[in-house]
Amino acid sequence: MAEQAQAPMPSAAAPAPESPATPATVRMTYREAVREAIREAMHADPRVFVMGEDVGAYGGCYAVTKGLLTEFGPERLRDTPLSESAFVGAGIGAAVGGMRPIVEIMTVNFSLLALDQIMNTAATFLHMSGGQCNVPVVIRMTTGAGRQLAAQHSHSLEGWYAHIPGLRILAPATVEDARRMLAPALADPDPVLLFEHALLYNVSGDVPPADAFVPFDRAIVRRAGHDVTLVTYGGMLARTLEAAERLAADDGIEAEVIDLRSLRPLDEATILDSVRRTHRAVIVDEGWRSGSLSAEIAARIAEQAFFDLDAPLRRVCSAEVPMPYARHLEQAALPQVDGILAAVRPLVTR
Amino acid sequence: MSDIRLPSLGADMDAATIVSWCVAPGDAVQKGDLLGEIETDKGVFDLDSREAGVVAALLVAPGTKVTVGTPIVRLQEAVPVPTAAAPEAPEAPEAPEAPEAPEAPEAPEAPEAPEAPEAPEAPAAPEAPAAPSALAAPAAPPPSPSPHHPHVSPLARRIAAEHGLDLAGVTGTGVQGAITQADVARALAARDDATPAAPTGAPVPTPASAHTPATIVDGMRRAVAAAVTRSKRDIPHYYLEHDVDLHAALAWLARHNADRPITERVLPAALLVRATVQALARVPELNGVHEHGAFTPSSAVHVGIVTALRGGGLVAPVIADAQTHSLAELNAALLDLVQRTRAGALRTSELGGGTISITNLGDRGVRAVHGVIYPPQVAIVGFGAIADRPWAVDGMLAVRPVVTITLAADHRVSDGIRGAQFLADIGRRLQAPEDA
Repeated sequence: MAEQAQAPMPSAAAPAPESPATPATVRMTYREAVREAIREAMHADPRVFVMGEDVGAYGGCYAVTKGLLTEFGPERLRDTPLSESAFVGAGIGAAVGGMRPIVEIMTVNFSLLALDQIMNTAATFLHMSGGQCNVPVVIRMTTGAGRQLAAQHSHSLEGWYAHIPGLRILAPATVEDARRMLAPALADPDPVLLFEHALLYNVSGDVPPADAFVPFDRAIVRRAGHDVTLVTYGGMLARTLEAAERLAADDGIEAEVIDLRSLRPLDEATILDSVRRTHRAVIVDEGWRSGSLSAEIAARIAEQAFFDLDAPLRRVCSAEVPMPYARHLEQAALPQVDGILAAVRPLVTR
Repeated sequence: MSDIRLPSLGADMDAATIVSWCVAPGDAVQKGDLLGEIETDKGVFDLDSREAGVVAALLVAPGTKVTVGTPIVRLQEAVPVPTAAAPEAPEAPEAPEAPEAPEAPEAPEAPEAPEAPEAPEAPAAPEAPAAPSALAAPAAPPPSPSPHHPHVSPLARRIAAEHGLDLAGVTGTGVQGAITQADVARALAARDDATPAAPTGAPVPTPASAHTPATIVDGMRRAVAAAVTRSKRDIPHYYLEHDVDLHAALAWLARHNADRPITERVLPAALLVRATVQALARVPELNGVHEHGAFTPSSAVHVGIVTALRGGGLVAPVIADAQTHSLAELNAALLDLVQRTRAGALRTSELGGGTISITNLGDRGVRAVHGVIYPPQVAIVGFGAIADRPWAVDGMLAVRPVVTITLAADHRVSDGIRGAQFLADIGRRLQAPEDA
């Protein structure tokens, strides 16, 4: 797993090979990566189609599907009415009926309108039908703050969905994961939710050949270290890696950074293996602290690695307020590098 | 129901192994009764009950090592003891009956005795049981001085246990002062440096009661080392010494002892202890414990008598409430303690709770001893040898039996002037021993 620990975050622009056909590493943005993944899936399987608000003519509110309408036509790029419950329900129905829909929801906040469909239908059908009825739907949605979209478009509620048995929850944090996670998500016979952090779409990164891809249910050590484990995912990965570099440079603290990738199921083995080596853990989660995914991870570490801990567990989460609009307040509410540094430094004493 | 917890027999003890039990569930025990034997770094001690009651369960199997404060015996409600019933029931013949009914249904029985002379109120029942429980209450949980529990990380605690490291003297550098893995590693390195490689390897915790005498001595040395290290690190000592002419005291003692059988003769040491205990009443800042950053004075004087063990090492068994002892009682207590210490027959209740210590190296001929305070106490008094010395009396040189009394005291709690007053007061009292 350590071999996978490259830092795929934006670095000095490297000359990108221009031929996407060759099985070499290519460089693209996160937005392009998601689009390429969708295009690839649609070419590979005629049952795959995209459905959502403004995904066709407008090209998606984050321009992810731009150009796909021309390429695949309105049958497979379906603009829907502004009714999350209706089009998510339709997607679930199509999946049960044998299609492989990719449903796009603008933001996780809006997905709450479809929560009934996601939780009471998609997550339960297999169980309630006695195993007869899989729901192979993929639901993509944007999550997270940082773009001054205020308290109805900016929250990180993926932890809520990670609570629900019957769903697989993915959080691609790198361009490679954005490019590679969709195919196995579509291949999964059960509902998969993909959470794309809004700040990642413009990020560029390398996409290695497909055979280098680590299975999507495994966490990845993005940076190896031996003093403390930083557990994070999605939009917080970049600043957690930045904090790790600062800790190494300023404090001589070598932090190991784990990218969860899969929020449900959690790859406990990777987390626990790391904590048993570093003896300290800090969880960085853009979600709210109370009753959160960070709480779940902390609990599992305490349950299973208690006697390996040499310091209290710590969490760096968003302030427990509706996400503010004003830029300085929004930034103050979000986990920042300085907050991560402040959480880690007292834990590592020598 | 109440639990007896493993007592701390001193600041340097944080765990012990249960060697054996000599009670079983169902046995009634009184305060002071023997419950079993425990083994600490300092040896095997009798564990006596600090409460009365009926043993409901033995919570720890023999051979198990447990930390201080762990519940080890569960007691049920104390049975009414004969003395309890006696004063309450003026009718002589009724009295013996009460204690014979220890079972639950004592309520219906008890009312019959006391109710007759009283008004025939219906709800008299609650009053009857109230008597025994009220009596049991004072005997029940004497809030044992809770030992200081520093924060220790789970990992550090595990490693320390694996290596048999006593964490008492380890300084924590982690969050909230917690002892971390690194702190334990340092302490282990220091310990290994201190114990020059015995061929048997590192003294690893021996399960059950497999302590050989050698490992007990090692453990003793470690325990003493931990206590004095903590003392010298944490306690800013100041030292005073005071020479006292014992001419009058010894003359009085000779007269006092002249017509007594040898077994009742009072030793000079008892006089010295007696004067020390009395003088403490006027200097409360020398008698008590300093814990969690605050000093708690004690009105009772529980005096620890520092005693060397034959096999090496020290213990400081305590004469509790020494201020209530007559000279003869103090003398007897001292003799008894020394004998039982040497015989290894000390009881656990005698090993903790001291509020001051006294060390006496006079019988080895040294002139003065500058003691190391036994934490969490705040003072230690030392006596050197009583020796004939040139002494000015009324402008003339005389030869007098003189003792040098020393005080090492915690400067956080008291100042030199109070210590000086204290030593001077001891000296004055020794000039008039008949008042003692």
